[in-house]
Amino acid sequence: MTVTAAFFYLFATITVASGFMVIASRNPVQSVLFLILAFVNAAGLFLMMGAEFLAMILVIVYVGAVAVLFLFVTMMLDVDFAELRQGFLQYLPFGALIGVVFFLEITLVIGAYIIDPALVRSPSVPIPSPDIMTNTEALGQVLYTRYFYFFQAAGLILLVAMIGAIVLTLRDRVGVRRQNISVQNARTAQDVQVRKVPFRQGL
Amino acid sequence: MTNLLADYLPLVIFIGVSLVIGLALLVAPFIVAYSRPDVEKLSAYECGFNAFDDARMKFDVRFYLVAILFIIFDLEVAFLFPWAITFGGLGWFGFLSMMMFLGVLTVGFVYEWKKGALEWD
Repeated sequence: MTVTAAFFYLFATITVASGFMVIASRNPVQSVLFLILAFVNAAGLFLMMGAEFLAMILVIVYVGAVAVLFLFVTMMLDVDFAELRQGFLQYLPFGALIGVVFFLEITLVIGAYIIDPALVRSPSVPIPSPDIMTNTEALGQVLYTRYFYFFQAAGLILLVAMIGAIVLTLRDRVGVRRQNISVQNARTAQDVQVRKVPFRQGL
Repeated sequence: MTNLLADYLPLVIFIGVSLVIGLALLVAPFIVAYSRPDVEKLSAYECGFNAFDDARMKFDVRFYLVAILFIIFDLEVAFLFPWAITFGGLGWFGFLSMMMFLGVLTVGFVYEWKKGALEWD
């Protein structure tokens, strides 16, 4: 049990520390790398709770794909850091005001937040012990039938994301000569001209 | 729960060994390697001529499109894993539920194919 606790504190400490470094580091590329570290350690925390499927999906989807996307975005923004820091003092009072308001609101919310003890004791679908069935199997038994609507909503959200990405970023490029295979194959011998090119003159 | 975590012991050992090897390779050059830098050795090197500009430049937005389309299909496949494991016990409703999900995403796939988002011209 102490080994488990040691690993928990290791993962938790690294997660919090790298989360802090995400906002503290000056280079945005370093921020993204710290974010990846936070994701990996959060996956470790999921694993310790027995949520194997979530842990692996976190590694595959967030570390493998989302972090790469973030890296693309930070590279694409082409931020000029000298220009960014220029207005820092000018905006400091305003930023501090918003920060204080946020802090007060969050303190009020967390101060008044109580988890209903009845909810913790009897969840609508109890989590089966990992000795009986794997976490992935337990998810599969409820996700596609009991939570049908949420599952279909996830599909629709993915569809919207796909169409949105295409609509926002796909541009028709003028002056591009694409290969059209059917036109090429339908070409007959009459369409092809053989020209005698004069020497050293070209067409 | 402890059985589950005990299954991951090889992974911990594996990560520990790779950490040791990685750190050893990182630290060893500082200890053993001969190092006498000068200005020319430390300057940016680009096939014989001086570097034109910064390595950080704007990417074409098409890379972003490819990445986001990859993520969407990655998630679609992630939903298939629990379904495949429990396939025998789900019955017709579970089967049709997944077919509907795949159908919705196939609509998106046909759309992106017809729009030419998969082509790189």
